[in-house]
Amino acid sequence: MLTDHPRIVSARVGAEDSHTLERFLATGGYEGLKKALSMTPEAVRAEVDAASLLGRGGAGFPAGRKWSMLREAPTKYLVVNGDESEPATFKDHMLIEHDPHQIVEGTIIAAYAIGAAQAFIYCRGEFALGLERLTRAVNDAYDEGALGREIFGSDFSIDLVVHPGAGAYICGDETGLIESLEGKRGFPRIKPPYFPAVIGLYGEPTVVNNVETMSNLPWIVLNGGAAFAALGQGSSTGTRLFALSGHVERPGWHEVEMSKTTFRDLIYGLGGGVRQGRDLKAFIPGGASSPWFFEEHLDMGLDQDEVGKAGSMLGSGSVVVMDETTCIVRAAWRITRFFQRESCGQCTPCREGSGWAEKVLRRIEDGSGREEDVELLVDLCDNISPGLGWPPKQTTICPLGPSIPQAPVSAIRRYRDEFLLHVKEGACPLPAGEVRHG
Amino acid sequence: MAHLSADNQQRAEAIVALYPERRSALVPLCHLAQAEEGHLTEEAMEDIATLCGISPAEVRGTASFYDMLHLEPVGKYVLAVCTNIACMLQGAYEVLEHAEATLGIRTGQTTPDGMFTIEEAECLAGCDQAVCVQVNHRFFGPVDEEGFDRLVDDLAAGRLEETVPPHGVLSRVSREVDLEAPAVGGEQV
Repeated sequence: MLTDHPRIVSARVGAEDSHTLERFLATGGYEGLKKALSMTPEAVRAEVDAASLLGRGGAGFPAGRKWSMLREAPTKYLVVNGDESEPATFKDHMLIEHDPHQIVEGTIIAAYAIGAAQAFIYCRGEFALGLERLTRAVNDAYDEGALGREIFGSDFSIDLVVHPGAGAYICGDETGLIESLEGKRGFPRIKPPYFPAVIGLYGEPTVVNNVETMSNLPWIVLNGGAAFAALGQGSSTGTRLFALSGHVERPGWHEVEMSKTTFRDLIYGLGGGVRQGRDLKAFIPGGASSPWFFEEHLDMGLDQDEVGKAGSMLGSGSVVVMDETTCIVRAAWRITRFFQRESCGQCTPCREGSGWAEKVLRRIEDGSGREEDVELLVDLCDNISPGLGWPPKQTTICPLGPSIPQAPVSAIRRYRDEFLLHVKEGACPLPAGEVRHG
Repeated sequence: MAHLSADNQQRAEAIVALYPERRSALVPLCHLAQAEEGHLTEEAMEDIATLCGISPAEVRGTASFYDMLHLEPVGKYVLAVCTNIACMLQGAYEVLEHAEATLGIRTGQTTPDGMFTIEEAECLAGCDQAVCVQVNHRFFGPVDEEGFDRLVDDLAAGRLEETVPPHGVLSRVSREVDLEAPAVGGEQV
């Protein structure tokens, strides 16, 4: 159900000047940071632990636990991941453009809590306006005394640098991001030993947290972790941003209470339903890397554990709706093509597997597929992620590899007949002229 | 004037100083250089190499990994049409095909007058505005075939010069402060 919850991360969004320091200060900006500075770092960490805040990037790892895993060392770093690139995810983009100061405030709180020597916000390069607004926000924060030496009269000093990316999905992986921040190709690092909390940026212990995760911190400090944990259910606490796109009447982002809100609430309530009253063919519950869901999953809550048990994930919080006119082969092909283009090339199953799967899917869609292509696809997907189960087995350095099979295997499991019909008819069977599927 | 301008050389040094290790400045410096000529010149990569304390080959090898960094000249306006899943469902390939037909070039090419380059983009995080098109990384959407024609007309007539700077100019806001906290590796943990 849609609940009457507080807007935690999107409260300012909607006001035309929501990105300015003036609006930020007039609406409680930097109050959370000031309160945090009056507490000990341990006390701040305890509030975040009590909130059970799950990381909002995609993996959903508890933020407090991530912090507690940091190796003790004289120099620790905080890196905020604003490289949002998971297909159909556009919530961090929105936060960066519309409330950059909130991200800056959350980042400083986190830096204080973990004792970081320096903090970085890695912002996706394609977000030109976002980079301008974040950079201005950081300039303003120095002016305001929130950054730099002995901030707000405390004995804590911190510098924050906004670092632009340059277009590479793989840099959203935390170890790829660290490599990129070191000025190299964004090649993910193998774990172990390169767990960022142990050997991160410049070899020092490093926390990598998502932009939306940071945006929650001012509220958690001001209102207490318990107030946050009172929202949602089980391990899925608080509110979360979901990005809704595809064949819905009203695409857009929504901040909703976790777990209590269902996919149906999101798609049919907030999104106005499938476009033109059509039937739902499938939906992607958590970004291009997640296995697809269908009609029978609509009443499931937006709950990390529940969705995980059902064989998929909330991932990056992006829901893509496909109506009955969608060519399922083409949808699976486009997602596979994305992974093929974005594979960094280090690991054979990912580099070769993504290209192979893309070619097979393309020829099926083009009408030159063979009957055995469907089994071939399943087999090669099984080689990328053995067993094709959930959570997926990994044969590669980073999770891009096991993301490849999810779309094609979801599509084949549910709509094998449609694949075979492509082969039999020697063409895409969806009526031309009626469907805009590219 | 393919080397970094004196002005940018100074800005580059300020950027290098923001990082514990010089090489971290590589991508920001590539953006800075790209703003001068719209792409990365050999001379600019040599300058960046010197600033980062690495070889020009390492700069090229790193820059070539990133989609936004261009080693060859591109048009004044790079039109990037997203065709990823959310935009494809709203007709992105029709818009891309229309773009190719209208401008008389294929994806990846530049018009002979040097005005427009077409790119097929991966998800640009503008999915609620599908079909999403970026011009020099400024967002436009939703864009259909007619909208694309209007966009090209406006760009050609110079009506969007305030919103869309020439290709390569990323953030028009610069950092105004140097690092202030005590040196990294320090005492404050």
